[in-house]
Amino acid sequence: MDDGYQLSFSTAGAGGLQITLAGSWETRHHLPETGRLESWLDSHPGIQQLDFDCTAMTAWDSALLTFLVRVTAIAGKNNIRVEQSGLPDGVQRLLHLASAVPERKGARRSAGKVPFLARVGNQATAAAGSATEALAFLGEATLSLARLVCGKAQFRWSDLWLTVQQTGAQALGIVALISFLVGMILAYIGAAQLVNFGATMYVADLVGIGMARAMGAMMTGIIMAGRTGAAFAAQLGTMQVNEEIDALETLGISSMDFLVLPRMLALILMMPLLTLYSDLFGILGGLFVSVTTFDIGIMEYLHRTQEAVKVRHIMVGLTEASVYGVLVAVAGCYQGIKCGRSSSAVGAAATSAVVSGILLIVIATAFLTVIFNVLGI
Amino acid sequence: MSALSEPAGAATDNVPDVHVEVRDLTMAYGSFVVQQDLTFSIQRGDIFIIMGDSGCGKSTLLRHMVGLKQPAKGQVLYEGRDFWAADPLQRKDFMRNFGMSYQGSALWSSMTLAENIALPLQEYTDLNAADIRELAQLKLALVGLAGFEDYYPSEISGGMKKRVGLARAIALDPDILYFDEPSAGLDPISSRLLDDLILELRESLGATIVIVTHELASIFSIGNNSVFLDAEKKTMTASGDPRHLRDTSTDPKIHRFLTRGEA
Repeated sequence: MDDGYQLSFSTAGAGGLQITLAGSWETRHHLPETGRLESWLDSHPGIQQLDFDCTAMTAWDSALLTFLVRVTAIAGKNNIRVEQSGLPDGVQRLLHLASAVPERKGARRSAGKVPFLARVGNQATAAAGSATEALAFLGEATLSLARLVCGKAQFRWSDLWLTVQQTGAQALGIVALISFLVGMILAYIGAAQLVNFGATMYVADLVGIGMARAMGAMMTGIIMAGRTGAAFAAQLGTMQVNEEIDALETLGISSMDFLVLPRMLALILMMPLLTLYSDLFGILGGLFVSVTTFDIGIMEYLHRTQEAVKVRHIMVGLTEASVYGVLVAVAGCYQGIKCGRSSSAVGAAATSAVVSGILLIVIATAFLTVIFNVLGI
Repeated sequence: MSALSEPAGAATDNVPDVHVEVRDLTMAYGSFVVQQDLTFSIQRGDIFIIMGDSGCGKSTLLRHMVGLKQPAKGQVLYEGRDFWAADPLQRKDFMRNFGMSYQGSALWSSMTLAENIALPLQEYTDLNAADIRELAQLKLALVGLAGFEDYYPSEISGGMKKRVGLARAIALDPDILYFDEPSAGLDPISSRLLDDLILELRESLGATIVIVTHELASIFSIGNNSVFLDAEKKTMTASGDPRHLRDTSTDPKIHRFLTRGEA
């Protein structure tokens, strides 16, 4: 305990208390205690006025101020008048400043605990509200697409090409790597089972159809959600923070047409292409494992793949890819546009864009699989 | 802490006492020189104004003084000790005595106002959480925002943010307070109130104050010493009391600047 400060009490005349402050009153390790004052007041009833003697004080800072604020509060409770004239000039001015603007009524937040049912209710209302918002956003995006078709959308083609480059060409590396690895995994697990039936050859069917129908589109969708969806949310969110979106709106330019539309179009165009590319690398991954581990010839494997994978399989994959493109773009742009005006809000928007993007992809996959099954494709 | 730790009632303004000295400073981004040959000193208790036309490097000079950017050449001395020659740990000691209020407030948006003020206290003192909370409340009360402890920066107005920025700057009772464009984006009345607040805090805390501004009203009402940076000549062209410069400067550019080109 650092006792840089000394505090003593003495009676001064009838009903008077003098507090003598000496030594250094600085914020070092702890703030000065007021407990002694309270017990002194308890043992000396009838005190009406309190004054200070600071002649032996060597230094002070906010520690003294907080002490004095506490003393003033205690004095107020006991109806004791506080005479500040014995305090250093600067301290008197700061105390005056601290009390100059009274606390605004109703400003303080109530720290009360919200009951469980109320919290559930609040969450439900909020969820319903955000569902309506999301639907409204989807509606606006559709209208915006319609305006594009009619040639009425305010929109810069250069933005579209730039986004196409960012979402398409620049994603080739990561899509290739992940698809190749997924192809390898499929082949390895598949072949390890098929070898028991002497049907190792069919690993080409498994990888080919698996990639073309589902895995290619799904892996690309998930990569796009993590890479592009998050980027959309962060870009638009930062624009919201910097009031850039407001600047567009006040010019009468729809942020939907100008910002959301090029991003959605770019992703819708690029997703199927990236999926085809992903299918190819998945098959190559399968080929690599089959040739190196399971002694299947290259030509044999390719021939088997060619026989197994039909155009309809690829079309199923591409349809899924287009749907995922829309979902990832909508999730990213929606979170970005409704972002709050702070850096933490941008972080939250990027996170929700990725989470909701992946969630939507998985839900859509479930629905599409059932639909394709019923249709017999 | 020394200014604030002066014995109560001691007169600090009788003896000229150099607090900060900038010696032969050259600031550059790569090979692009922003300003060169800057030499001036700031007395303890001064309200020192850094002024000059847009883009002349005022904020950059501030960044060099508070340790955000290293000079290409020259020294920044605090009480005679070279800031940039010190090792990183010693520099942290210097920086404990700085308070800085940023142009855009720079409040941490994921923290409440009380947490914003508490962070420097947590970093530099051994106080417990309750004491820190109490100090944060006191600092908010000093800038007229009692009761707003649990608000987030996004929930308050621009003028209030500026004041919270100031409360955060004085959290550690600094010796020297830096302000980057304190009145930027404020209406004339708020800006005047902020000036009064700065003046009041200087009087009561006894801190030295360095302000980057081109708000003429502020320059004349609170500044007692200044330096003028010229963007074309890339160096300082005047220093001294701004009112004195306005009345006596023969440099047409400084004269035009300080009279808004009206005289």
